[in-house]
Amino acid sequence: MIRTAPLILALAISVSACQDSSDPSLDQTGARPELPAQNDTLIPAMEIPTPEGWGNELPNVPDGFTVTAIASDLKVPRQMLILPNGDILVAEGSGGNAPALRPKDIIAGLIKKRGKSPVEGGDRITLLRDSDGDGQTDLQTTFIDGLDAPYGLAFVDGTLYVANQGNLVSFEYTEGATSIAGQGTELTKLPDRINHHWTKAMTASADGSKLYVGIGSNSNVGERGMDVEENRAVVWEIDRESGASRIYASGLRNPTALAINPWTDQLWSVVNERDELGPQLVPDYLTSVREGGFYGWPYSYYGQNVDPRIRPQRLDLVRQAIVPDYALGSHVAALGLDFTNNGGLGGVFDQGAFVGQHGSWNRSDPSGYKVVFVPFRNGRPSGEPIDLLSGFLKDGHARGRPVGVTYDPERRVLLVADDVSNTVWRVAPRYAPPTAGERSTEQTEREPAPSTD
Amino acid sequence: MDRTVTYSRPIANPLHAILLAFPVALYPAALLSDVTYYNTAEIQWSNFSSWLLVGANFFAGLVLAWAVVGLFIGRARHSKGRGLSYLGVVAVMFVAGVVNSFQHARDGWHSVETLGLVLSLVCTVLALVAAFLAHGSAHSAEKRA
Repeated sequence: MIRTAPLILALAISVSACQDSSDPSLDQTGARPELPAQNDTLIPAMEIPTPEGWGNELPNVPDGFTVTAIASDLKVPRQMLILPNGDILVAEGSGGNAPALRPKDIIAGLIKKRGKSPVEGGDRITLLRDSDGDGQTDLQTTFIDGLDAPYGLAFVDGTLYVANQGNLVSFEYTEGATSIAGQGTELTKLPDRINHHWTKAMTASADGSKLYVGIGSNSNVGERGMDVEENRAVVWEIDRESGASRIYASGLRNPTALAINPWTDQLWSVVNERDELGPQLVPDYLTSVREGGFYGWPYSYYGQNVDPRIRPQRLDLVRQAIVPDYALGSHVAALGLDFTNNGGLGGVFDQGAFVGQHGSWNRSDPSGYKVVFVPFRNGRPSGEPIDLLSGFLKDGHARGRPVGVTYDPERRVLLVADDVSNTVWRVAPRYAPPTAGERSTEQTEREPAPSTD
Repeated sequence: MDRTVTYSRPIANPLHAILLAFPVALYPAALLSDVTYYNTAEIQWSNFSSWLLVGANFFAGLVLAWAVVGLFIGRARHSKGRGLSYLGVVAVMFVAGVVNSFQHARDGWHSVETLGLVLSLVCTVLALVAAFLAHGSAHSAEKRA
């Protein structure tokens, strides 16, 4: 039976040959990303950059900008909120309780864990206060404790709303408070069965009457069965007074950050698309969220591109699927979104959206691991994304992974939560940029001033 | 005076037989649940297959190790031809089973498809062949002076 040896060898080679690589010439950002053919290999391409310290180094910013750490030793910071008095809240935690349904779930969990911080999630909100306005944190203290994987934060009319992984709670806030006791008042439960994608992103509507909560799918592409996908891969609209909820939009696989477009007052989201169709499928995206809109998951992606892995197919739904507004690149794992206001960070960063990208696992050439800026004109994306904060990867290790991004319109700075180095980064122009009102061609085109620090 | 001594006994000892019983039971079970998934698209059948294959592969690995060792120290050393055939069958069964586990790790409908069905069928047939080889009587003749 020695003749079976070549057969075994051939099998082994065919398994390893199923890895595939990316085509760097494909343009996968912008309004019309190039989508390659599906390549659902036997073993998905994987590259997990493992954590490593920053040492004395910092992330990279463009010329004319500075970056500083304004909080460290956090317990897995995710999303942030700026209170009216300028205090910064940081939600910390890790959720999800999906049981291993298949042997694969155990193995994939072990592999992906290698790219995460070993720190246990804080299940709390930390307050950062800069008392003297020098950009440094003077007080870092626990604001609310005993939460359950808090993620989405919103503040309306003196009330703080916190989206835990299983419910939405409110806290009455007193100006200047540095801590709030208790578990808050539950406004509504949120879908938390399995919680494969557990994050509950949140933002308030422009008029403050509604809260929008992003609820991710319970699987990659429906492989746990569609029974567990009820009220998943949707954005809920929740009445702030009554707590009544309804599905505002659906087919959004994992809407990980929500924000209101300040030029149109419309809800926008970044969405993490499906894995294991190849290193360049499917691009994550930034999109306006239309009321009643269906965005494809799990039946199709980027409009009418049918995903063959879901049976029975629903071609009736595929026909209705909306093409998202703006592709961010495949597997970048966009987890943060915020818009500029008041002239943004100046220059090319005056009008647009900041997007935090946690970074890929499902491709051999890592993507994401940075914060980009998507320029907007007339309330719509206009132009290629521009790197704002990068350098998170070095020598195959991840020194950090960006999550939430929050623009502070008062101080004209961007805050970035990093859940691997457990840091909050502050990105600021070296010199105060002109506000939207006093912007002029001369000012936006001036050269960055020479470095002083 | 020359005389010919004939041996006739299975190459598998009882413990080996118990290990082999798992692939013999679990690969056909995986095949049946694959067929059911193919016919119903009810994902739980694919999940069943995934676990059945893990169990089958685990014991197939042990059986494979035993088959290798058995060539030198077990009963099969008296019947090298049958021992090698058995080793080959078990080896192909194990490799096909492992590849099938990767196939079943794909998501949704892609977890079975034609490749999954064919590999489950191959494993089933090879498990049965291995059992016949292991439990059937081996005849070997040897001349003694």
